[in-house]
Amino acid sequence: MEARRLRHDPTELFTRAVQPVLWLLVFGETFTKIKAIPTGGVSYIAFMTPGILSQSVLFISIFYGLALIWDRDQGIIQKFLALPVPRSAFVVGRTMGAAVRGISQAVIIMLLAVILRVEIRWSILSILGTIGVVILEAAFFSCFSMILASLMKTRERFMGIGQVLTMPLFFASSAIYPISIMPKWLQVIAVINPLSYVVEILRGILVTGVYTNMLLHVGLLIGMILIAVVIATLLYPRLAS
Amino acid sequence: MIKVEQLYKYFKQVKALDGISFEVKKGELFGLLGPNGAGKTTTVRIISTLIPPTKGQVEINGYFLPKDAAIIRNFIGYVPQALSSDGTLTGYENLLIFAKLVGLNRSEREKQINELVELMGIGDFVDRLVREYSGGMVRKLEIAQALLHNPKVLLLDEPTVGLDPASRRSVWDVLKTLQEKYDSTILLTTHYMEEAEALCDRIAIMDHGKIVIIGTPKEIMEQAGVETLEDAFIVLTGHEAEEGGNFNELKRVRKTARRLQ
Repeated sequence: MEARRLRHDPTELFTRAVQPVLWLLVFGETFTKIKAIPTGGVSYIAFMTPGILSQSVLFISIFYGLALIWDRDQGIIQKFLALPVPRSAFVVGRTMGAAVRGISQAVIIMLLAVILRVEIRWSILSILGTIGVVILEAAFFSCFSMILASLMKTRERFMGIGQVLTMPLFFASSAIYPISIMPKWLQVIAVINPLSYVVEILRGILVTGVYTNMLLHVGLLIGMILIAVVIATLLYPRLAS
Repeated sequence: MIKVEQLYKYFKQVKALDGISFEVKKGELFGLLGPNGAGKTTTVRIISTLIPPTKGQVEINGYFLPKDAAIIRNFIGYVPQALSSDGTLTGYENLLIFAKLVGLNRSEREKQINELVELMGIGDFVDRLVREYSGGMVRKLEIAQALLHNPKVLLLDEPTVGLDPASRRSVWDVLKTLQEKYDSTILLTTHYMEEAEALCDRIAIMDHGKIVIIGTPKEIMEQAGVETLEDAFIVLTGHEAEEGGNFNELKRVRKTARRLQ
């Protein structure tokens, strides 16, 4: 459904691509020059590329619940809920939709990395691994977003809470600087922040080639997705009233 | 087919339904008639398993709400008031998604979609984007969506609100055909008196969460001693049908009407 929607209106792909391009070009190029952040021997732009990738997938997924609220206002959700279909199917279907968008985003950023000649470990495996992680990330954050949507129910409240959550999720993660240079209290948040796991896995695959803790991180992520799917499924029928 | 007994629904302090009872027989086209805010939509949403009742019993085809909601969804089809097809997809794609959701296999899907498209008379438009459809066509497409899993009961909330007279008539024709050819049981809500009169076998007039009277349009008019349903409503409730309706309901009706233009 989501793929078909994109096929009818592909302009969205390009508008979505603008933000990560700006981050990489402006922020990345500048900070590469001043070398202010300890990146462990790789150029800053290579360090931040996985961060920007996961950030853009986060931004797409975290507002995915907005589509739910939109559908609710139009009566589509009500129509779905009256169908003889298990509710979990709707939640899982949505996460797949978010994953499709996430992958399209990943492809664009990887192309951009090629153009900017960012030193990335290119291989079939690293590309497949990246896509896999992007799917997991999109699944988790879109579920999270659907939970918020089921609780908030209106666009205004949802946007409010969404904005409030996105920035801390992004900045209190290892997306654009390593956790070790953060103040202690922020480190605590960063360590439990799922976005940090995503970034660490991606950075391992694409930049450093260091795979320690990767299995643990993937496992944690999958566990959190399962929990989020269950909660989202339980809350989904709330959208009918 | 549908049996509602002493149904109550409270939204916080507001009594949306104040103990209504009625029965819809198999193959019957039954109308809930009343002004905005009378409780029609609430009734349909309870029967379509979307919201639980506060008190009372609903029996559909031998099963009870809310305990058997998952089973009941197999034999109800629900068309909400808001125009809810996806305008960014074609009519065919809209049907395809629902067909996949309800678990039809490929050959069943094609057969079912073709049959419904023909029944609704939207064959020429099926590959066009829905946002190019007229209001009547969107409505018929939605009825088709709700029928893909062959439900025994079709529930429609204000199916013709905001439609022009010609479109309205074409929706009526489709509902009549469904009833006559497929022996479908249909429950619909409307606030158009002439719609209830022209379309429904029996009507329940609702006002302020209560049912004022149930009967065929003729019986109701005779009992009130008047010539039209409009007058019958005034005689039976003591006020005109234009009153009532809260802000949200009005907003929803307006929004639907706007999307149709």
